[in-house]
Amino acid sequence: MKEITVIKPKKGLANFDFKELWNYRELFGVLSFREFQVRYKQTVIGVLWAIIRPLLTMVVFTFLFSNVAKIDTGNVPYPIFSYAGLVLWTYFSTAVGQSSNSMIGNSKLITKVYFPRVIIPASSTIVGLIDYAISFIVVFGLMIYYHYPLTLSMLLIPVILFVTWLLSVGVGLWFSALNVKYRDVQYALPFITQTLMYITPVIYPVSLAGQYQWLLSLNPLSGLVEAHRAAILGNVAVDWSTFGISIAITLVVFISGYLYFKKVEKYFADII
Amino acid sequence: MKYAVEVKNLGKKYTLGQKERYLTLRDMVVKAAKVPGNLLKGKKFSKKGEFWALKEVNFNVEEGDAIGIIGRNGAGKSTLLKILSRITEPTEGEVRLNGRVSSLLEVGTGFHPELTGRENIYLNGAILGMRKREIEAKFNEIVEFSGVEKFLDTPVKKYSSGMQVRLAFSVAAHLEPDILVIDEVLAVGDAEFQKKCLGKMDEVTKTAGRTILFVSHDMGAIQRLCKKTIMLEDGKIAMIGETAKVVDYYISRINQEAEYKYEPSLYDDISIIKVTIFDNKKEKISIVDYDKPFSIEVEYQVNKEVSGMQMALICDSAFGGRLFSTASSEDELYLEDEKGIYKIRYDFPQPSNIFINPGLYWIRFSIGAPTSKPMSSVSDIALTVKSSEENPRYIHSSKNINCNIIDGKWVK
Repeated sequence: MKEITVIKPKKGLANFDFKELWNYRELFGVLSFREFQVRYKQTVIGVLWAIIRPLLTMVVFTFLFSNVAKIDTGNVPYPIFSYAGLVLWTYFSTAVGQSSNSMIGNSKLITKVYFPRVIIPASSTIVGLIDYAISFIVVFGLMIYYHYPLTLSMLLIPVILFVTWLLSVGVGLWFSALNVKYRDVQYALPFITQTLMYITPVIYPVSLAGQYQWLLSLNPLSGLVEAHRAAILGNVAVDWSTFGISIAITLVVFISGYLYFKKVEKYFADII
Repeated sequence: MKYAVEVKNLGKKYTLGQKERYLTLRDMVVKAAKVPGNLLKGKKFSKKGEFWALKEVNFNVEEGDAIGIIGRNGAGKSTLLKILSRITEPTEGEVRLNGRVSSLLEVGTGFHPELTGRENIYLNGAILGMRKREIEAKFNEIVEFSGVEKFLDTPVKKYSSGMQVRLAFSVAAHLEPDILVIDEVLAVGDAEFQKKCLGKMDEVTKTAGRTILFVSHDMGAIQRLCKKTIMLEDGKIAMIGETAKVVDYYISRINQEAEYKYEPSLYDDISIIKVTIFDNKKEKISIVDYDKPFSIEVEYQVNKEVSGMQMALICDSAFGGRLFSTASSEDELYLEDEKGIYKIRYDFPQPSNIFINPGLYWIRFSIGAPTSKPMSSVSDIALTVKSSEENPRYIHSSKNINCNIIDGKWVK
């Protein structure tokens, strides 16, 4: 029995087409792997970049915020405090940056071959996970140096990472779809990410926000970064209510992003 | 009889504003500022012209048939293929495809220059919808057909363009879809490889019972491969039937024009905006005499300064085969590159002992830096060369023979 495809104008709300996505899972893998292969092909120190970027940021911030601004991180040494937040943040910001520009970058594919378009922004968030894993080596190094033992709370990290991934795919779906129509997005994006970093407790503790802490927790990354840090350091309990808010907002962003993307994908090939 | 492809009342509408492609938020803000009333009244921005790239298209393709699709640029061929391969959505109507479809609208789509030939075979196969084990099973065949064994582990960026095309077509040719949709992709390879590809396509329809929809300007290839052909004109089917008849009709319908104008693109650095054919008295002419000199002039608009450009001319016979190609030399003729509109002309030589045979040719112009992709190209300029009364040239009976000739002499 041959498969029958009917092509006609789509009307109404987008549907999820999960079955089709499943059929194309291999392409998802291949495209993710391509990003990885290409990423380090012409670099001298290759994967070391994954370590160097957050490490240097950490050194600069340690100098600025710990020595100059003297931010109080309790009894946690500032380097491990900020690095435990920075690795997750670095993953999020690179994943969002790459997936937001992925549709434009792959315009040749989009105008020539059919496959579920969602695969493009989604697969470009994968390579960052590998960077994340590599930069975790430094996390272990810092833990040994500052005498933080491995705790059971680290088991939570895959969950946090999964939610962060989902969030970056959701944001990436929104931005990559908008970027096809409004090219301003690519110029606005670095500015947005930078601003977002300062309203996320990456390099400062959430307590610094004082009475505005609740406002910070509306930013889904707050709960994720805080939970990530708590899971690594094992010194404080994970704040489940903020983490719960993060998960809820992530789901909203992901589902709305997916629906919006599916709704507008039909004109991508015409205007890209 | 079972149909592989059924197309019912298919139509695709574009809004002319879409020609500008993407917008920036700034554009939207400016527009809104200009017509603040419109926004308040909830009206859309001024209603733009609409245009139907395809309208009321109906046809069926039987399983195992190879169908040719011909028509001038803008006739709707590409739009039809894009709908059939699900890249864009139709505005109205319906298509039923019976079986797995693969489309080859451009070879090498998805090739990544940094990756090796081997890596690219897997990548390209996956993009075209092959499973990993399918690619593995066909790997050797693919490599052999392409003839690039020696360079399998070399990055594709070091391949010549011919090698890239060969590798890409090999991957595509070994896909096993029930329906294969092919756009003018063979125009790039060398003649020998083109023949090999046509042979492969012929083989898959005849022996494997697969269906092919094939778009080409090469009437020779269409005649060799397709029994039936569809001719599109202004988004509608002008004729459908036996290939020979449709091709004859098509040739007779080609507008013999002396001047071709193109809308300049605001987003490209350079655009070709006009092509004109002149006779030896500098008069515009639509049909040239084979024994008189003539020239073709190209007008281009520079929007943003680019240095070191060349203009290239490619002349193909409508029945297959490249007659010649030539490019302006940067050293001898520097093309103006500041903002403005400029002209450049190619003079076809005064006949001495080499002529262009009477017949139909397609001319294409491209402008750009010699080492990179052309920045602007126009194709489909019909050059009709006729025999002259005072100096008649009797050519071999079939009009399908259409190559240049050397005016040697027959002696006894």
